[in-house]
Amino acid sequence: MSTIQDSTARAEILARIRRATTDVTDKNPETDTPINWTYGTGIDMEDVVGTFVEKVIDYSATVVRVKKADVPKAVVDGLKATGADKSAVVPPGLDPSWIKAIKAAGIEVRIDDPQLSHTELDNTDAVVTAASSAVADTGTIVLTHVADQGRRAISLVPDRHICVVRASQVVSDVGEAMQAVKPAVHEGHPLTWISGGSATSDIELSRVDGVHGPRQLYVVVVDDQ
Amino acid sequence: MTTTGTELRRITEGNHGVARLTPAPDAPGTFLGMPKFPKAVKKELELSVQRKNMRNATTTIRNKRALRVSESPDWEDLRDAATAIKNRVARHLDYYLEEAEKNLQANGVHVHWARDGEEANRIVAEIAKAKGVDEVVKIKSITTQETDLNEYLEEENIACWETDLAELIVQLGHDRPSHIVVPAIHRNRAEVREIFLREMKNYGRPAPTDVTSNPPELANAARLHLREKFLRAKMAVSGGNFVCADTGSLVIVESEGNGRMCLTLPETLVSLVGIEKIIPKFDDLEVFLKLLPRSATGERMNPYNSVWSGVTEGNDGPQEQHIIFMDNGRTDVLADKIGREVLRCIRCASCINVCPVYERAGGHAYGSVYPGPIGITLTPQLRGVDDPVDRAMPYACSLCAACNEVCPVKIPFTDIILHLRNRVADAEKAEKISKDPEVAVEKVLMKTAGWIFGDAKRFEAVQLGTRGAGKLLHGKPLGPIPVPVADRWLRYRDVDALPTDTFRSWWKKNREDGK
Amino acid sequence: MTATSVNAKTAANKPGAGMTVGLFITCVNDVMFPQTGQAVVTILERLGCKVEFPRAQTCCGQMTTNTGYYDESIPTVKQYVKAFSGYDYVVAPSGSCTAAVRHQHPMLAQKTGDQGLIRDVDQVATKLFDLPEFLIDVLGVVDVGAYFPHTITYHPSCHGKRLLGLGDRPYELLRNVRGMTMVPLPMEEQCCGFGGTFSIKNPDMSAAMAADKARHVRETGAEYVVGDDNSCLLNIVGVLSRGNSGVKAIHLAEILANTEED
Repeated sequence: MSTIQDSTARAEILARIRRATTDVTDKNPETDTPINWTYGTGIDMEDVVGTFVEKVIDYSATVVRVKKADVPKAVVDGLKATGADKSAVVPPGLDPSWIKAIKAAGIEVRIDDPQLSHTELDNTDAVVTAASSAVADTGTIVLTHVADQGRRAISLVPDRHICVVRASQVVSDVGEAMQAVKPAVHEGHPLTWISGGSATSDIELSRVDGVHGPRQLYVVVVDDQ
Repeated sequence: MTTTGTELRRITEGNHGVARLTPAPDAPGTFLGMPKFPKAVKKELELSVQRKNMRNATTTIRNKRALRVSESPDWEDLRDAATAIKNRVARHLDYYLEEAEKNLQANGVHVHWARDGEEANRIVAEIAKAKGVDEVVKIKSITTQETDLNEYLEEENIACWETDLAELIVQLGHDRPSHIVVPAIHRNRAEVREIFLREMKNYGRPAPTDVTSNPPELANAARLHLREKFLRAKMAVSGGNFVCADTGSLVIVESEGNGRMCLTLPETLVSLVGIEKIIPKFDDLEVFLKLLPRSATGERMNPYNSVWSGVTEGNDGPQEQHIIFMDNGRTDVLADKIGREVLRCIRCASCINVCPVYERAGGHAYGSVYPGPIGITLTPQLRGVDDPVDRAMPYACSLCAACNEVCPVKIPFTDIILHLRNRVADAEKAEKISKDPEVAVEKVLMKTAGWIFGDAKRFEAVQLGTRGAGKLLHGKPLGPIPVPVADRWLRYRDVDALPTDTFRSWWKKNREDGK
Repeated sequence: MTATSVNAKTAANKPGAGMTVGLFITCVNDVMFPQTGQAVVTILERLGCKVEFPRAQTCCGQMTTNTGYYDESIPTVKQYVKAFSGYDYVVAPSGSCTAAVRHQHPMLAQKTGDQGLIRDVDQVATKLFDLPEFLIDVLGVVDVGAYFPHTITYHPSCHGKRLLGLGDRPYELLRNVRGMTMVPLPMEEQCCGFGGTFSIKNPDMSAAMAADKARHVRETGAEYVVGDDNSCLLNIVGVLSRGNSGVKAIHLAEILANTEED
């Protein structure tokens, strides 16, 4: 690879930038250009979880609200409702009681350890994961791909995603979610923000649900508060 | 389905007799030698289907955007914050690039620098060759359109597959993008069906023979066609919406999941980003994630955002990652204190969607991958104003200023357009003999106008002429007359005969003499 | 305020009493639309202002400035300063020319680096008001006692709407005109395609935009299309006339000047 070339290019680009910004005399970015914004604040909202549910449904995803004890059953219901009656991939750290329920329902559980190949994932009906945060204002679920969510590929390739979100994880706005997942980013985890199922507006700007990502999103909201 | 699927092969059909791996675009990506906007647009204005497609699409997106913006209580504060963040980056770009580089490298990312598009393309090709791949999958990236990467890779015997639905429509249609967010905005569903049926079979899995023009069916055809490419791809190319300097994270905002496929499944990932895409902190993403989706597609949030900080342990995603920081004229933009404000652009296209000229012209007449207000302010700065196509660009605007109002980062488009017109006019004036006869006439007219309006007596002398003409015309309206310059107006419009009295002659009679 | 109250008020009680206003007629109105200038004089005098017309005035310079010929605009800027320095209030019947003086003149003066000119322009440019601004913001009048027994539709020209931010002002003035029916114009926010030299440099695009605007005007069924910029009206009605639509164009000032007595 052209490392020598790179270093010349690097030096030249940085020199060009310095020549282009000679008018900037205050070299401290923060005092030179103040930013008037309070990060990480929420929106006043009467019912945060209710708003989240409403906004997710707006993306034509399915949402159910259950008590903690009913999560295993809700996960199985989600698999069946979306037509995933044969197999589901799960991250190694998924709640064992959910895995047990799926197995009991006669659906094959494929634990992603050792990792499934792309083809195996493509031949799996669904994925079941937990989540790290959720945003009411935008109907967004945030995955940090920790143990109960698994690596990115498993929540992408299968056609159905059953995602369990705890009510206590739902915040009102984007900024709060940013702060909630920031420690994971500092630990090197990637983030996937999911707002409804895969969609496109590329043909005549009319929204079509379902392209490459999971075409069905089934959200289980757990009332744990 | 197997991972091998359809073999990579060379196709001559539809490719001007050349055996190619990927469909040949009909127009050159350099736009060299194409007619300048006023002429190019004449052809586009005659395309009635395209006109209708464009009108419907831009109206839809404008309304959606307006609705979502109206839901946001702090929209103006967000715009101000985003403006400040991007200004901060531009004014201290060397600092933030070095910080981003340091943190990206700490995250295991190879950082490259490219002075121009050619250098960027070469780096991508070198990485591909080092990995021994003969095909790559690509996330929609206008930056790679700017460098014409696909054609560069084709020359290097590497197939570059567009995976965004709109870019797929454009690529299979031997076409060029006409919009930066929805590149196939100029096509309707019937045209898309025809393209899929005709072309997919040559480049991979054929479209189902019974596919109708129903958009969900067309989207499904794209899903099936691309899935084998995703599953077997060893290398992906992406752009980048944002790069957070403090965490060394890259951000891709998308809808379909093709981005996630490219960012997750291949072993090697190369991201080509303009140097202006940096934001100082991960925290700053908050502001842009609130502004961009509402501005771009009129959604509260787009379906998928991916944020990743280099190589993720546990074999999650590409284990070899490269980022290329590309200049390609951006430092020239930065050097212009008025023009540099366009570097704030986050490529939402809200300026394009609201532009009445774009709505009627489509994106192909501009001579740039960046059409509309952002195109005519960015392109002549990136490329300079030597070519007639680039010189015509700032004039492809009626100065209606609708773009100023919608821009989430408050780019003062009309100010920059005037500034660039001044740059063009100065360049024209510096050339003693104008290459363009039209410009020669314009220079004389402008000089004369400046001379007349610089002195009231001269202006009054001219008015004697207009009043005289009014008397000669006897109230007859002016129809189409073959007088140069005037005929451009009168070709389409009637104008009443000039009044025999000017206001000032009336004033003199009724307020000064009459008093 | 009602029509009778404005018209019947004694001179000293009129909103413009004791106020001297310089009229910036603008070059297009001077040569092609003297009746618009006459209407402004009528309105302002009716409201008690003393109107003066400095003969040194010529133009706002948009033709050259908007084409990028800044050097050629400088004498025009100087001429404007010469004509209007000393006035506390200057009024123009054009949103576009007002915006040009307010925003472009300071920018052009800056370009010259001439400190004296920069200072003069900064002082003079801020004294200019577009007619609706002057009536509502300075005189505090929304009802000027006008009468116009016709159906109209209003085209909010881009520069007035967006560069000046006229907002509801023209509509507010029109809503107070007696005997008139105002029909909303579909897609009113879209440019008519005039754009000054844009209409010459991009004639086909300009015509395509004007054709759509004319179509929207026709759809309203109005007798008159009303605006605050005669250049835009010239463009719109030019296309309407070519199509024999019978729709007439009229400047906002001419409607406001018209009373029941006329």
